[in-house]
Amino acid sequence: MIEEGLRQELSRQGVVTTTLEELYNWGRKNSLWPLQFGLACCAIEMIAASMARFDIARFGAEVFRPSPRQADLMIVAGTVTKKMAPQIVRLYNQMPEPKYVIAMGVCAISGGPFKEGYNVLKGIDRYIPVDVHIPGCPPRPEALLQALMTLQEKIGRQRLTGEGRARHLDADAPGEWPIPEFGKHDLEPPRNPALWQPPAMTRSE
Amino acid sequence: METLEQLKARIEAAAPGVRVEIVPNGNPANPASLLVDGGHARAAAAFLRDDPALAFDYASNVTGVDWPERTVRERIKVKRMAGGVEREVEEVCERKTPAYLEAVYHLYSMSRKDGPLILRLRTENRTDRVSLPSLTPVWRSCEFQEREIFDLYGIVFEGHPDLRRILMWPEFADHPMRKDYAEPDDYEYEPTPHDAVLARARGHYPGGTQP
Repeated sequence: MIEEGLRQELSRQGVVTTTLEELYNWGRKNSLWPLQFGLACCAIEMIAASMARFDIARFGAEVFRPSPRQADLMIVAGTVTKKMAPQIVRLYNQMPEPKYVIAMGVCAISGGPFKEGYNVLKGIDRYIPVDVHIPGCPPRPEALLQALMTLQEKIGRQRLTGEGRARHLDADAPGEWPIPEFGKHDLEPPRNPALWQPPAMTRSE
Repeated sequence: METLEQLKARIEAAAPGVRVEIVPNGNPANPASLLVDGGHARAAAAFLRDDPALAFDYASNVTGVDWPERTVRERIKVKRMAGGVEREVEEVCERKTPAYLEAVYHLYSMSRKDGPLILRLRTENRTDRVSLPSLTPVWRSCEFQEREIFDLYGIVFEGHPDLRRILMWPEFADHPMRKDYAEPDDYEYEPTPHDAVLARARGHYPGGTQP
């Protein structure tokens, strides 16, 4: 491992040094291909983000793929109804590793204004691991770009070996998430307990 | 358009045996409606559509209403003997109405540029005798809306060409728009709980609902 000071000195002299990890992550984070699907009004902002004014192509994420087999990033843009949730999890399972999830808008992160309704899932993080949450109703395209940059930073920090390495390089890490089933009153199970637990609350007195 | 009284008489003439009732609405913005009994609803609807003077050719909206058992207060005038003189006195009487489900049809006439005429159908109760005749054979536009009422209120429309749930999944057992629907209790933290949500929050977090 090369020292940071020496590395800067070398770079001033016109010698570029890098590591395999950096190169690998640099390539991955600058070609995040999202899965092309939208669920509600947030999708309109996602489309706006992909058009010329906001231009998500600046971040290498303009290639919206119509097939989960070719996608790296799932942008859950909009209200996830309980009827749609199993399909979202199924699509996520069909994406090849490495894969990431951005939950866009209050509906996708918590159920939003429909939280107390009977038909809307109270956040997609009950079933799939979410990397970046964006609040807003809907979030502006800048917020989606901010989320994409946050995700890029996160990918840039991922290790390739050792403890806490990226999930796709860890053979023991889960590769498939259980798909909820339609029950008589709710989805069965209502959450994936390995991924999400209701927040513990104790009064601090 | 003819008045509802005239319309009632004509429906009764066209569909013998039909029971039509005019349901007044206290709100001035909402017109009164016609309550037709389930057994003759299809004949009455066909008459409303086919009669050239009425020509209600378009059902724009079909919705459901859940009426639980309730007490209605009514003011009625009664004659009473008071001090040897007969006088009319207003009395408030209470009566119980049974529980039932209602399907409400809003009919328009495109050819005469008229409407809406509001048609109501009532089930016998809201537990086991919940079927009504489907008006989809009369107005094709009722199909999805009757499916929605079947899904959310549980009214069974007999003669509907494709009666399935439309919004919830087929395995779902409840009818979410009914007054006594209880949603599954999967409480999550709410920053400002109140009313029913506060009661639920206290059940889930006995130590207090604020961090």
